[in-house]
Amino acid sequence: MRRTALSPARLSARDVFHVGSAGLRGRPLRVVLSALGIALGIATMIAVVGISSSSKAQLIRELDRLGTNMLVVTPGDALFTGQDARLPKEAPGMIGRIPGVEQVGATGDIKQSVRRSEKIPEGDTGGIAVKATTEELLKTLRGSVRSGSWLNKATGRYPSVVLGSVAADRLGITAPGQQVFIGGRYFTVTGILDPLPLAPEIERSALVGWDAAERLLGFDGHPTSVYERSTDAAVAAVRDLVPRTANPQNPQVVKVTDPSAALQAKAATDGAFTNLLLGLGGVALLVGGVGVANTMIISVLERRHEIGLRRSLGATRGQIRIQFVTESLMLSGLGGLAGIALGSLATFVYATTGRLPWVVPPWAVSGGFGATLIIGTVAGLYPAVRAARLSPTLALHAA
Amino acid sequence: MSSTGTAPNTVVELVGVGKQYPGGVTALRGVDLTIDDGELLAIVGPSGSGKSTLLHIVGTLDRPSSGSVAIAGHDVAALSDGRLSALRAQHVGFVFQAFHLVPGISAQDNVAEGLLYSGLPRAERRRRAAAALERVGLADRMDHKPHQLSGGQKQRVAIARAVVGEPDLLLADEPTGALDSASGEAVMELLHDLNKEGATIAVITHDSEIADRLPRQVRIRDGRVVADTRQARTSGGTGADARTDAAPDSAPGTGTDAGAVAV
Ligand SMILES: Nc1ncnc2c1ncn2[C@@H]1O[C@H](COP(=O)(O)OP(=O)(O)O)[C@@H](O)[C@H]1O
Ligand SMILES: [Mg+2]
Repeated sequence: MRRTALSPARLSARDVFHVGSAGLRGRPLRVVLSALGIALGIATMIAVVGISSSSKAQLIRELDRLGTNMLVVTPGDALFTGQDARLPKEAPGMIGRIPGVEQVGATGDIKQSVRRSEKIPEGDTGGIAVKATTEELLKTLRGSVRSGSWLNKATGRYPSVVLGSVAADRLGITAPGQQVFIGGRYFTVTGILDPLPLAPEIERSALVGWDAAERLLGFDGHPTSVYERSTDAAVAAVRDLVPRTANPQNPQVVKVTDPSAALQAKAATDGAFTNLLLGLGGVALLVGGVGVANTMIISVLERRHEIGLRRSLGATRGQIRIQFVTESLMLSGLGGLAGIALGSLATFVYATTGRLPWVVPPWAVSGGFGATLIIGTVAGLYPAVRAARLSPTLALHAA
Repeated sequence: MSSTGTAPNTVVELVGVGKQYPGGVTALRGVDLTIDDGELLAIVGPSGSGKSTLLHIVGTLDRPSSGSVAIAGHDVAALSDGRLSALRAQHVGFVFQAFHLVPGISAQDNVAEGLLYSGLPRAERRRRAAAALERVGLADRMDHKPHQLSGGQKQRVAIARAVVGEPDLLLADEPTGALDSASGEAVMELLHDLNKEGATIAVITHDSEIADRLPRQVRIRDGRVVADTRQARTSGGTGADARTDAAPDSAPGTGTDAGAVAV
């Protein structure tokens, strides 16, 4: 007779995996259905985080392209002081001489309206401003021309106009060569601009060359906005020097703004909408966890005989527990993997259709998968404990 | 089996075992039972007499309400769940009326499950499972799933699973109960052969015909052992009891054996 010491053998990791997955292999449809809840929850969360990250990456990429080294100088508000707030005609040139400044462009407001034809009433501006512009403006803004060409020395002197993207849409101008009516005469549209995220006011403008504006539209020659781009290192110093330089008589009324600040702020925030969707994903995940727990309870009931058999073959209570926790872990883990794939795919589709970079943050993927493992353990624990407590003799009862 | 060959070793030693189920049913009362190494015996009695309860207690799947149980020299009452499980894994094999094969996995894998909790590596388990299947005459059915096997074949797979770990004791609860007579015959023959090779086997049955063809019968009725052909030292009183109690479900041919002991 062998009188070996009685100590239960340990199952290898591979055996645990095998025993835990045995219940799943026989019931693929049930696996799909019960993992679905978790998959949808994880997919929602991954997609929400992915889409928000992709949009953010796009903003940052845009900021990189547009630069954060441009300042806009405007006359500010002098209503109460009664001082002459207008920027001097020399302001752009003076600003250009500040050390570190590389490009300077300027626009000046013109009290005229732009219309598609003389038949349209003069009051109908459509929210479009007419501005005089220097040639350097487009380069300073790092803007580009969608069609046609930007103003140059030659076109700047003749009745020609370049439209911002919004202005062109509102006027119904689709291609250069068409004409618009400004200040009692027709101007030929020579170019239409791409959107300008740093200068939305230019998107809504009809731009006429500086000299032509003075000659044909009664422009007084005073700039109303000076756009200045410097080296990155000089931005702070330039900002300090600009008021005195632009308007030496009344430096206190000069207003200096950084249009990239708003974009930066946008890139730094998570929308409330994102949080709401994340919460929804969390609820789906929770419901998915309840679904897994439910499936596990049914699985334990159905497999009473198997549990009794395993106990008769020498399985300890602990080994029965591990078997069912493993099964639950696999069930939710599979759901998690499917959810990660699904969420990444949704993000990919959104990113490619919106021409955004495809970003799915690794922390979201590992966090999501970690969450499914926790849910799998919690959901499987109660059914597993019940399975382990089952009396082997009752479990083996034939009926 | 590692019998020494000299004095027979005791595999099972039950002394005064009683079992009350919750709800007041007394399934066993004062059962003494000794099984020696190499024995082949029948535990026979009518339905509800407590045979399965006895098998569960002998197989350490359940604990008695009173009395003591020693299996392979281990006092069961002193063992934790983990040690009891190890005892089953190392010393006891079960065969059930309802086979209890795991559906969806091959015959070989089903037999290999019999070694899962023994600590052997998987490849070795499968190798031994193949040998055990060969032993029960199912070498050509290794890859068949349970639903592709006949009842008799399923029971032979279950027997292979029970013996693959070379247990000291094989417990079979109505092993032929779900089979036609020919398959049942084959299964009993297999158990006989295994016994000749050294296995200690206890067969539970309500069928006296099957019981009488085994070397030893333990007759049980209302939770009491009423006759045991091993008990050469049985007192006259118990013997009289055995006679009257066992009579209703004794087949005509059983008289000789039972009588020889009782007298
Ligand atoms: N789990 C249980 N709970 C309560 N009573 C039980 C249980 N198992 C068996 N019994 C009762 O114990 C008695 C013996 O049952 P059992 O050992 O299954 O007999 P057999 O196997 O000889 O038919 C019967 O009266 C049965 O109803
Ligand atoms: Mg029974």
